[in-house]
Amino acid sequence: MTGAELAIVALSLKVAICAALFSLPFAILTAWALARGAFPGKSILNILVHLPLVLPPVVTGYGLLILFGKQGVLGGPLEAWFGISFAFRWTGAALAAGVMGFPLMVRAIRLGFESVDQGLEQAAATLGASKRAVFGRVTLPLITPAILTGVVLGFAKAIGEFGATITFVASIPGQTETLPSAIYTLLQVPGGETAALRLILLSVAISIAALVLSEMLARRAAKRVAGI
Amino acid sequence: MSLRLDFKLNLDGFVLDAQMNAGAGTTVLFGHSGSGKTSLINAVAGISTPQSGRIVLGDRVLFDAARKINVPMHQRRIGYVFQDARLFPHLSVSQNLDFAGRYAKEPSKPYEREHLIEILGIGPLLARRPAALSGGEKQRVALGRALLSKPELLLLDEPLAALDQARKQEILPYFEKLRAQNGLAMIYVTHDMSEIVRLADHLVVLRDGQCVAQGLAEDVLANPANIKLIGVQDAGALVRGVIHEHCDDGLSTIRLSSAMLTVPRVHGPVGQHVRMRLRAQDVILSLTAPQGLSSQNAIEAQITKILKGRGPGVAVGLRAGSDRLIARITARALDQMQLKEGQKIWAIVKANAVPPAAIAGG
Repeated sequence: MTGAELAIVALSLKVAICAALFSLPFAILTAWALARGAFPGKSILNILVHLPLVLPPVVTGYGLLILFGKQGVLGGPLEAWFGISFAFRWTGAALAAGVMGFPLMVRAIRLGFESVDQGLEQAAATLGASKRAVFGRVTLPLITPAILTGVVLGFAKAIGEFGATITFVASIPGQTETLPSAIYTLLQVPGGETAALRLILLSVAISIAALVLSEMLARRAAKRVAGI
Repeated sequence: MSLRLDFKLNLDGFVLDAQMNAGAGTTVLFGHSGSGKTSLINAVAGISTPQSGRIVLGDRVLFDAARKINVPMHQRRIGYVFQDARLFPHLSVSQNLDFAGRYAKEPSKPYEREHLIEILGIGPLLARRPAALSGGEKQRVALGRALLSKPELLLLDEPLAALDQARKQEILPYFEKLRAQNGLAMIYVTHDMSEIVRLADHLVVLRDGQCVAQGLAEDVLANPANIKLIGVQDAGALVRGVIHEHCDDGLSTIRLSSAMLTVPRVHGPVGQHVRMRLRAQDVILSLTAPQGLSSQNAIEAQITKILKGRGPGVAVGLRAGSDRLIARITARALDQMQLKEGQKIWAIVKANAVPPAAIAGG
């Protein structure tokens, strides 16, 4: 692996891991609201969450540009008040990857919430556990397999995300050039196929490693939850 | 600790209209499936919310629709043993027990925990996961867990219903011990009469969402008017006695207030107090002292009440010494024998009609 390749792989992993981990709490909250909540506007929230799944990624990327760009509705204030900037930075790539993976995470975790035996939550409440304690000590542990699945799906989506990322933050080497955008760039250059192939093989290896790891973790979590 | 409730709960068209009082000791809530037993205790625990009425435990108002009081489940301090145990599958038995202690108002002292584990015989199970337990073991752990949460009232929803007969016999003694040792008020839901004999201080009969009879178990069961409510098969008076003798031929005799009763061999030493159920349909009435009958038991009694229903059956209340019995005979027999209230009569009970399961230490 050359230094440039290593940088691309490292950046891709950083972007994908940050995307998956930072969107996780929001995904859990949203999944819980959709699975258990009863509030006006629930179906609107459901549609909003699923938009990145059905919109062309370019549209999502453009939307992010409008919202979080330098002059964006949210991007401006965020940079002015908190010094958080997304435009043409790796944080922007992570944001784009996170948004694209969000619906997949929410769907997986929501299924987890829906499959939890609410009788166990009632039992915990009769033992004196408050709603928050029930959530933290019963519900969350019971849905760890679903959360793992969600994280893996979010990570997989993030590491392969291309359209929204390139629209939002372009493909700047060392800043926003992740594996897919690097491969794309190389394929546009005459004679770049060999270099592209090396990156392609690297991305295949990362994907398989991630899948194997997640399978192992999920099996362990499922056993623990089933009480075996 | 007393529980007073009077509420209406509408569940998809089924209306539970409950008024009952439960004092110290064990109150058994009896009714056939669909009568609203579980709905009633769910409302007490706060799992479901009635549309109107009040639920008061001791001096704490748990629910009052008019005053918009509805204490959340976790603040009610009411333990609940579910029919399906509901142990947390991701925690070990020991952690399941600790879960309860974590939120108790005053956590159990270590020796109390030890003592309870010993009484319930769950010491060897502590490191195991719930999935590795049998149904009976699960229920014992669930009972221990509920007790460690230090509830002011314990609700038990047919805790033995999912178990086979052998497992039931394994667990019933734990409930009996609990009843004997603990001052804890319990509401025990069941449709099994043999559990009532062994556990009930008070009895509430629920039918179609209404509390149709309630009071001391012995009073409710000795009232011939309740035969219909309880069910012809199940109705029978509770009678107290003392084990008098264990005979060599596999029978035991029990001394009642005015007569001896011969039954199949019972467990327990001579002199022990027992309580047993004599089913109304197993009691035969005779105008004269019986002779040449295979039955061993003839009790001289007086008719206290005759209740004719619309069907062919007649409920007869009897008193023998201080014991009360009920019998169910046909209207034709009533006519032919010309039975009257106040009349002297002989009540005949087959020994085998009182199996050991219908007799409990008391």
